[in-house]
Amino acid sequence: MIRNEECIVLSNQEIAHNIFELTLKGELVQQMNEPGQFVHLKVSGSVDPLLRRPISIAKIDQENNMFTMIFRAEGNGTKLLAQKKVGDVVDVLGPLGNGFPVEEAKAGSTALLVGGGIGVPPLYELSLRLKERNVNVIHVLGFATKDAVFYEEKFSELGETYVVTVDGSHGEKGFVTDVISAQNLSFDTLYTCGPTPMLRALEATYPEKNVYLSLEERMGCGIGACFACVCRTQDDPTGYTYKKVCTDGPVFKGGEVLI
Amino acid sequence: MSQLAVNLPGLQLKNPIMPASGCFGFGREYSQFYDLSTLGSIMIKATTVEPRFGNPTPRVAETTAGMLNAIGLQNPGLKKVINEELAWLDQFDVPIIANVAGSLEEDYIEVAREISKVSNVHALELNISCPNVKTGGIAFGTIPEVAKELTKKVKEVSSVPVYVKLSPNVSNIVEMAKAVEAGGADGLTMINTLIGMRLDLKTGKPVLANNTGGLSGPAIKPVAIRMIYEVSQHVNIPIIGMGGVQSAEDVIEFFYAGASAVAVGTANFVDPLVCPKIIEELPALLDELGFDHISECTGRSWKKNEKLAYHRA
Ligand SMILES: Cc1cc2nc3c(=O)[nH]c(=O)nc-3n(C[C@H](O)[C@H](O)[C@H](O)COP(=O)(O)OP(=O)(O)OC[C@H]3O[C@@H](n4cnc5c(N)ncnc54)[C@H](O)[C@@H]3O)c2cc1C
Ligand SMILES: Cc1cc2nc3c(=O)[nH]c(=O)nc-3n(C[C@H](O)[C@H](O)[C@H](O)COP(=O)(O)O)c2cc1C
Ligand code: FES
Repeated sequence: MIRNEECIVLSNQEIAHNIFELTLKGELVQQMNEPGQFVHLKVSGSVDPLLRRPISIAKIDQENNMFTMIFRAEGNGTKLLAQKKVGDVVDVLGPLGNGFPVEEAKAGSTALLVGGGIGVPPLYELSLRLKERNVNVIHVLGFATKDAVFYEEKFSELGETYVVTVDGSHGEKGFVTDVISAQNLSFDTLYTCGPTPMLRALEATYPEKNVYLSLEERMGCGIGACFACVCRTQDDPTGYTYKKVCTDGPVFKGGEVLI
Repeated sequence: MSQLAVNLPGLQLKNPIMPASGCFGFGREYSQFYDLSTLGSIMIKATTVEPRFGNPTPRVAETTAGMLNAIGLQNPGLKKVINEELAWLDQFDVPIIANVAGSLEEDYIEVAREISKVSNVHALELNISCPNVKTGGIAFGTIPEVAKELTKKVKEVSSVPVYVKLSPNVSNIVEMAKAVEAGGADGLTMINTLIGMRLDLKTGKPVLANNTGGLSGPAIKPVAIRMIYEVSQHVNIPIIGMGGVQSAEDVIEFFYAGASAVAVGTANFVDPLVCPKIIEELPALLDELGFDHISECTGRSWKKNEKLAYHRA
């Protein structure tokens, strides 16, 4: 069930250049059941910025009613969010959307988790859940440069982890797809979140695999009412069929929607 | 409750608050948050004869105290709206205002004729003002003679009263209002969005795939107030006002300008509970301002010799 709640800031720290890790406390954590879902945040009480901001849930702690997000302070809204102090409140609408299906990866099988930039965060809770189910996890995490890298150690604790930077300043140089082929990584299920070109490349490279992609789109309402976030489906690319990223996604099965 | 009840052509409303068209879908999403029967009415998403996919994305862009949208009237088409959406809405005790759109005159007539027969549709809102479709829509909304003719034809086929939704993207809104009144409109709804644009700092190109979009939200409220103030003094049909409403105070300001009911659009995206909150807050605000009934507020900005409201202050 979607809830709207004023959550309390437990911590907000810069963990890499302009990358913040924000932990909130609230009852709505009890509704968070799938990794890959997101919340819609009102970052200010004023009319500017007006709209909520969609941010993925990176870690869920239901026992303590806590959840963590990782975001890049970039524009107006996320910069304001970066200034939130311990004890401040944030108006949260969520959890929203459909997350990654963990049950698609069988115990003993291998899941490859590929993230790009601020697409990396939702993979963390996903990886935790997969580990719990005795799935082998391999992570390939792409970042722009060394100072944008985060959570490398945390992911390493859960499984084999490769970090890639575009400029080669940390880890391998190049794109996530380069590493997957260079390392000859084999897997049964692929879960990915990140820039659209990356998702497109992965979908095209592994048509025969079980692939799940998390998409990004500009949003108005975040709950399916405004039709801002629609995309077309692959089996009806020019017709009237559509999917809403906010409620049908943000996670889609490879081959389902046009990206 | 009777402090808020208003009667408009076709519409006996328990309160004058309703979500604006396109900002509430067909109600399903918001029914997760509250009982839709608390609303005065619901203006459903624009309906066209055939299904429409709408524009490419990005379809929305944020602006200072507002947003631009270029959805492009995406909707499942007349048949599905009647059989699925209106049928579903029938479980609630709330009169529906059906937003009617199209490209050609025939489209409007067909949608109006069919949708007005549905039992929970108590009024039509003729959308002659959508800025986001290439043909039709906007021409009907900017040329008084064309708007009048269309209103007349839709009135002939409609089984319920017809409200015409006016575009603010005209040089003389009073002239438009008078034209549709002459065409037989039972009421007006205003304002639709103002055409605007945003450019991306890095690429220099428009943010919206459609290049331009309709501006809504708090940023447009003064424009809406001014237009309702002007129009309400020159027509004898009621106005449902909209444009940037977020609070009970905003609602009263729209009434002062000349509105008889108020619709809330963009604010639903920011706070899904905004409509019930406003409905709950209105009685206390009316008491504070010294009004026995909300309709006493209508047109206060220009009516002469009204007793001063603030006598209890
Ligand atoms: C389902 C989903 C999950 C996301 N998860 C994360 C996350 O975990 N961490 C993170 O850092 N970012 C995430 N994003 C991207 C994040 O929403 C944007 O970075 C953020 O909205 C930008 O806001 P701003 O105020 O910094 O930018 P501004 O440029 O001021 O934003 C202006 C408007 O554009 C929208 N917008 C701008 N960039 C994006 C974008 N990339 N996607 C969608 N809307 C955008 C904003 O929401 C706002 O309405 C996610 C996006 C989606 C759709
Ligand atoms: C995303 C979005 C979609 C809209 N779709 C419609 C529509 O289908 N038909 C219509 O008449 N108006 C539509 N509108 C206009 C609103 O009904 C309303 O007139 C306008 O947004 C001003 O009110 P607001 O500032 O409260 O949003 C839409 C507005 C938005 C923001
Ligand atoms: S953001 Fe409104 S429908 Fe998805």
